Amino acid sequence: MTELLVGTRKGLFVLEGSADGDFEIVTRAFDGEPVDYAMREPHTGRLYAAVTSPFWGPRIWYSDDLHDDWQPAAGVALPKGGDLALKRIWVIVVADDGSRVWAGGDPGVLFESRDGGASFVLNRTLWEHPTRPRWRRDSGGLSVHSIAPWPGDPDRLAVAISAAGVWLTDDGGETWEHGNAGIVADYLPEEARATAIDLCVHHLERAPRKPERLYLQFHGGVYRSDDGGRSWIDIAAGLPSDFGFPVVLDPADPDSAYVIPVATADRVTPGGRVLVWETRDAGASWTARGDGLPQRDAYIQVLRQSFDRAGEGADLELYFGATSGELFGSRDAGRSWFTVAGRLPAIASVRVGR
Amino acid sequence: MAKVRLRGQVQKLAGGEAEHEIEGATVNELLAGLEASYSALEGWILDERGILRQHINVFVNGELATPETAVADNDRIEILPAISGG
Repeated sequence: MTELLVGTRKGLFVLEGSADGDFEIVTRAFDGEPVDYAMREPHTGRLYAAVTSPFWGPRIWYSDDLHDDWQPAAGVALPKGGDLALKRIWVIVVADDGSRVWAGGDPGVLFESRDGGASFVLNRTLWEHPTRPRWRRDSGGLSVHSIAPWPGDPDRLAVAISAAGVWLTDDGGETWEHGNAGIVADYLPEEARATAIDLCVHHLERAPRKPERLYLQFHGGVYRSDDGGRSWIDIAAGLPSDFGFPVVLDPADPDSAYVIPVATADRVTPGGRVLVWETRDAGASWTARGDGLPQRDAYIQVLRQSFDRAGEGADLELYFGATSGELFGSRDAGRSWFTVAGRLPAIASVRVGR
Repeated sequence: MAKVRLRGQVQKLAGGEAEHEIEGATVNELLAGLEASYSALEGWILDERGILRQHINVFVNGELATPETAVADNDRIEILPAISGG
C-alpha cells in the first residue's frame, strides 16, 4: 500500500493505493484551506501539515490520527514586536533518527523542534544573519524551502533559500556559511554575479548513501555538488530547459536524479508534453521518461514540493502533482506512468506517507 | 469589561467558551488582552507585530470596527473571518 499526502489550495487529501491497484481518497483535512505541505514522520507515524489560513495565519499542525485530532504546534512565529510576521511554512523535514523536526518558511526562516513537532524554536543565527538585508524576496516570497540533513548527524544541514542561495551548518545551526560557489545567476548582470547572494534556488536534495553529493534545481540551471554543497557543477546539458522546480533522487543510487523541466518563459511543460527527465550518471546525460504521461496540449505547472518518491532501486515509485489538479505516478522508476487522480484542487505538495 | 464572543477554532482555543469578559479601552487592547488570557490563542487574531490579521473582522455592538475603535463596559465584541470566495 502506498499513501500519498497531497497538499492543495483547498485542503489536504490523503490517497491510498495498492501495489497494482487504483488510488482512492481515504480522508481529507483542513477543507478549503491552503495546505502548503504535508508529510508523515516515518518513525512515529505522526502527520504534519503546514496550513496558511487566509484568516488566522500560517500554522504547523500535527496529528497521530489520520482522520482527526490535529493540534497546532507552538512557537511557529517570528519574535513578537518586530516589523515582520510569518507568512508561510514551506517545508517540514525530520532527522533520520527522529530526534529533530525542522520547518522552513517565509520570510527566510528555519524552525527546529526537539519534542516531536509539538513546539518549535526559531533559528536565531539565520534570522539575524548580517547578510539578510541582501536576501531577495522573489515572486514566491522569501522562503526556506529545502532542508537536507546529513544522515546520522542532525547537526549538519544544508538549507536552500529563495532567493538567498544555499546555507550550510555543521554545528546545529549556531553558525552558517554560504555554499554558492559555481552557481551562475544569469538573471543578474555579469559583473554582479561573482558576489551575488540573492541566488534563487528552487530545490535541493541530498543523496542519502553519499551525503556529500547534492542536486539542485536553480532558477535557470541544474547543479550537482560533490563536496557537501560548498561548490556546484552545472549538469543541465541535455535537458530541454534548465528551468524547473522539484528534484527527486533514487536513494539507492547517488548518480540518479529526476527533474521536470518547464519552459523559462512561461514555466509550464514545454511543447505541451509532460516529461520527467532522469539521469543515472550524475548528470552527464539525461533520458526523457514520458510513457503514460500527457504528450499533447498539456501545459502544466509542477511546484517544488509536488514531486516525491517511495522505495528505491528497482522498487522506486515516483509521484508528482500539478497545479491543474492532476496527480501522476510511476511504479517502475519512471519507465511508465499512470494517472493517480485527475481532478484535485491545485496541488502545492505531494509526499509519500508510507 | 466588554463581552467578547468567539466561534469555531478560536473558541476552541479559548477554553471552549463562546463568551469572555475582557478589559481594554480599544479593540486592539482588548484583542491583546484576549490573547494574553489564553496562550493557545496567541498569534491567531493579532500577528507577531501586534497587527490585526488582514482578513479578520471585529464588530463592536454590530458595527465593523478598527483596531483603534474605543470599547466601553458591556460592549458586545464579535471576532469573525471576513467574507471570502474563490
